[in-house]
Amino acid sequence: MAPPSAVLFRARGLTKVYHMGEVEVRALQDIDLELYEGEVVVLLGPSGSGKSTLLNILGGLDAPSGGDVHFRDHDLVGASESELTRYRREHVGFVFQFYNLLPSLTALENVELVTEIAEHPLLPAEALRLVGLGDRLHHFPAQLSGGEQQRVAIARAVAKRPDVLLCDEPTGALDVATGKLVLEALLRANHDFGTTVALITHNAAIADLAHRVIRLRNGQIASVDVHTHRRTAAELAW
Amino acid sequence: MVMPAIPSLRPLTRKMLRDLVAQRGPFAAIAVVAASGIALFITLASMRGFLQQSLTSYYRDYRFADVFVHCKRAPLPVIDQIRRIPGIMTAEPRVVYEAILDVPGLAEPATGRFVSIPTTRPPLLNIPHLRRGRWPSPTNPTEILVSESFADANHLKPGESLGAVLAGQWVQLHIVGVAISPEYVYELQGNELFPDTKRFGVLWMRDHALAIATGMQGAFNDLSATLTPNASEPAVLHALDRLLTPYGTLGAYGRSQHVSHRFVSDEVEQNKVGTVTLPIILLGVTAFLLNVVLTRLVATQRGQIAVLKAFGYTNGAIGRHYLIMALLPVIAGAIVAIPLGQWMGSGLAAMYARFYRFPHATLSIDWLVVIGAVGSGLLAAAWGGLMAVRRAVQLPPAEGMRPPLPAPFHSVWLDRLGISRMLSPAGRIVVRNIARRPLRSLASITGIALAFGIVVVTVYMLAAIEYIEQIQFQEVQREDMSVAFREPVSQAALLHLRHLPGVLEVEPMRLIPVELRHGSVTRRSAIIALSRQGQLRRIVDQEGRAHRVPSEGILLTTALADILRVTPGDSVLVELRDGTYQRLRLPVTAVADELLGTTAYADLQYIDHATHEPETISGALLAADPRAEQRLYAQLKTLPALSGASIRSAAIQGFQSTIAESFRMSLSTAIAFACIIAVGVVYNGLRVTLSERSRELASLRVLGFTQREVSTMLFSEQGVLTGLGMLAGVGVGFGFCVWIARWTTSELFRIPLVVESGTYEFAFAVIVGASILSGLMAWRQVRALRMVESLKTGE
Repeated sequence: MAPPSAVLFRARGLTKVYHMGEVEVRALQDIDLELYEGEVVVLLGPSGSGKSTLLNILGGLDAPSGGDVHFRDHDLVGASESELTRYRREHVGFVFQFYNLLPSLTALENVELVTEIAEHPLLPAEALRLVGLGDRLHHFPAQLSGGEQQRVAIARAVAKRPDVLLCDEPTGALDVATGKLVLEALLRANHDFGTTVALITHNAAIADLAHRVIRLRNGQIASVDVHTHRRTAAELAW
Repeated sequence: MVMPAIPSLRPLTRKMLRDLVAQRGPFAAIAVVAASGIALFITLASMRGFLQQSLTSYYRDYRFADVFVHCKRAPLPVIDQIRRIPGIMTAEPRVVYEAILDVPGLAEPATGRFVSIPTTRPPLLNIPHLRRGRWPSPTNPTEILVSESFADANHLKPGESLGAVLAGQWVQLHIVGVAISPEYVYELQGNELFPDTKRFGVLWMRDHALAIATGMQGAFNDLSATLTPNASEPAVLHALDRLLTPYGTLGAYGRSQHVSHRFVSDEVEQNKVGTVTLPIILLGVTAFLLNVVLTRLVATQRGQIAVLKAFGYTNGAIGRHYLIMALLPVIAGAIVAIPLGQWMGSGLAAMYARFYRFPHATLSIDWLVVIGAVGSGLLAAAWGGLMAVRRAVQLPPAEGMRPPLPAPFHSVWLDRLGISRMLSPAGRIVVRNIARRPLRSLASITGIALAFGIVVVTVYMLAAIEYIEQIQFQEVQREDMSVAFREPVSQAALLHLRHLPGVLEVEPMRLIPVELRHGSVTRRSAIIALSRQGQLRRIVDQEGRAHRVPSEGILLTTALADILRVTPGDSVLVELRDGTYQRLRLPVTAVADELLGTTAYADLQYIDHATHEPETISGALLAADPRAEQRLYAQLKTLPALSGASIRSAAIQGFQSTIAESFRMSLSTAIAFACIIAVGVVYNGLRVTLSERSRELASLRVLGFTQREVSTMLFSEQGVLTGLGMLAGVGVGFGFCVWIARWTTSELFRIPLVVESGTYEFAFAVIVGASILSGLMAWRQVRALRMVESLKTGE
């Protein structure tokens, strides 16, 4: 894929401060950042470095204490609760470390849940085939392995054709082989639909998949590396 | 929430207190339901004790007699023979005489029952208790005591006077005191079924004065007696009747047949069933709610339990920890419930004491009742907490450290039938969650159904009372008034009545006190003989169908036929208790399922023929022109031949103010308890669902579902359960009604099993209202749902 150009997210002076009782935790400090259309970005950093906070703010799940964030021309900072809900509904797909599937719905139904409220969704079964689960459509989460559950979660995120996939440690709870399957599914969405993928991990090996790697430390951006040569998921080892 | 450190407590205790504070909503709801159950238990059980005790001490202190007999006229020396009857302890002769009264301020004629009290000494039996004023002087023959309910209804005070026609003479009587008597706890006139305190009262007069006024010098017409401890009541009654037969006995009877006593003891009996049912339901709901809330708490605290076990806390310590958590809300409820129950009990006792006019009415704290109530509450709590305690104890430490597996869903029968394909994903979530925990869902449904049923049965009772009122006063008694003659008279008297001012119609009536016998069963009752052409008094059954008086034989109300075990075609032995002591064998030709009383009906001509007393009547039914009412009343007050008059509109008023009033009070109480149950079930259902599924709901929010959509999903699950509960409640409510109809069926009245659709609609509105209230209470938690935190953590 050619190096991307159009800016999808633009953050300026982004700050987030949590108050935990008497203690003040500065999760993000004055971050300037751009994410581009169609790129795969890996956010790398130790725990507490602020990567999840950053992802939550980009996804409209949390609000910053200071600074600006724009998604294309949407201002995310001034948005109301219902505008944020609509933003998530129309543009964002989430993948979490714990898959957060609805246990009472089958794989197919979990995907349908999202396609129902999306404007130009994929067919639910197609989304599941995309992640290699074409034969597990009618299984409930309890009947699926961890990797399979995570791939359902990815299918669910991809099915509505979001502009961006925000993934928080998607392989954190999985073994290497299963983790690779999950990453493959994510890259495929990026490749087939041009979806921007932002992926949080503390596993440095995964960084080799990305167009760019952003390293965070103590709530600040420590470095940004651009990869000229990316590996495929199959080539990874950790 | 930040809690201050509580230095002196052990860590596990501190954890418990903080958990309770964190879960204060659900635990408070449980405490309220438990408090209601315990308070109601205390109220009803102490009420029952109070009624029994008050009645017993009233009867004992004021020497309520054991046997009673009324006769035409017996010479006083007969009393010596009566006192020699084996088994009789004390016997006291009296003169009892009914007369029309002219009460100041009352347009209609009232009826007074004059009861003699000895001139020179206090009465031995059925002693009146003086509430105000003084006893009548032995020397002034015009002084009387009046019964308190009559005095209160007519605002009569000592010092005032009223007029009466005694033995054809108009006399002015002076009220010197107001009294009550164990004999007239319930004051009923003749064959009436409901008290009309304004137009019927008891008046006590010195026996010498009453005998002179009524021409009963040297004689008595009424006798009451107490029995020795091992006396045989039937033998005494038999002996009394034999002795008094020459003097026109109307038949001796024991307390069980005494009208006032029967009404009061019926009431005490009815209290018995209520004492148990409603508290059991409330405590059952408490157990269920504790089960749900604590099981959930143990599930969320798996990690904590595992850590505690890993650090060496024993299973016993952990089990005890959760058991105490189950008991605490009930203990908190009990702390409120004990004074509340006492308070409600004394309020209710005061009401009953006023209604029955007990001389001394204090509700003392019965600690046995309190211990029983609190004990039942704790038992319910322990039972409800048992499953949670067991889960906590059985949790292996290592497993508790791992995040729980996804809830094991599988296809339910709705999926297999393809029904769930017709539902939206949200609909499927709701259905599968309900189906996944069938027991809990069933218990929720049962709770709502019970609450619904309680409302249905209470409204049903109120409606039934109104139905009885309508049948009795619109269909059965269509006369404007009825009058009773002192002695049976010829039908010629009707002509006289017909010419009174404003009288439009007059129909004859003959009421004969009788004893009916069939096989080994005997029953005191009355035959009401009516003209077959009559329109003013009809026999109407439960369904509102009118029955004609048979031309031959007698018609029995179904209740009486059941007591006597007869069916049409049988015959009964009828012993007249009008002083003639005639014995007739009469065929039963029909039965009718009347709502009130146990009466027999016959054609007037037929009865006159059978008793060889042609053209005899004992009373008449009148239709009157309302414009001439006042003049008619004034005339009736002066007719010496009359012993009483009853006015329909006044009877309706009396009915409404006594019976309907007390029912209305219990209605509002029962509805309050139903609401507490419904709110408890729905609110805790919502809270627990929210806690179990916060992660799921947060996922939906993250996926772009709005708060409204997510709440709809949460609320529809509880909504479906509530809906199913109400559906089941229709059945439960009807079942309650069947049960109540059967259980309140007494000889005096039967509640018809007619449940109108409005009853269900009302119950529906109450439960829906309570559920909406619960939803609003839980709404705060829905809004506070944190998306990110819920998703990041395991459980």
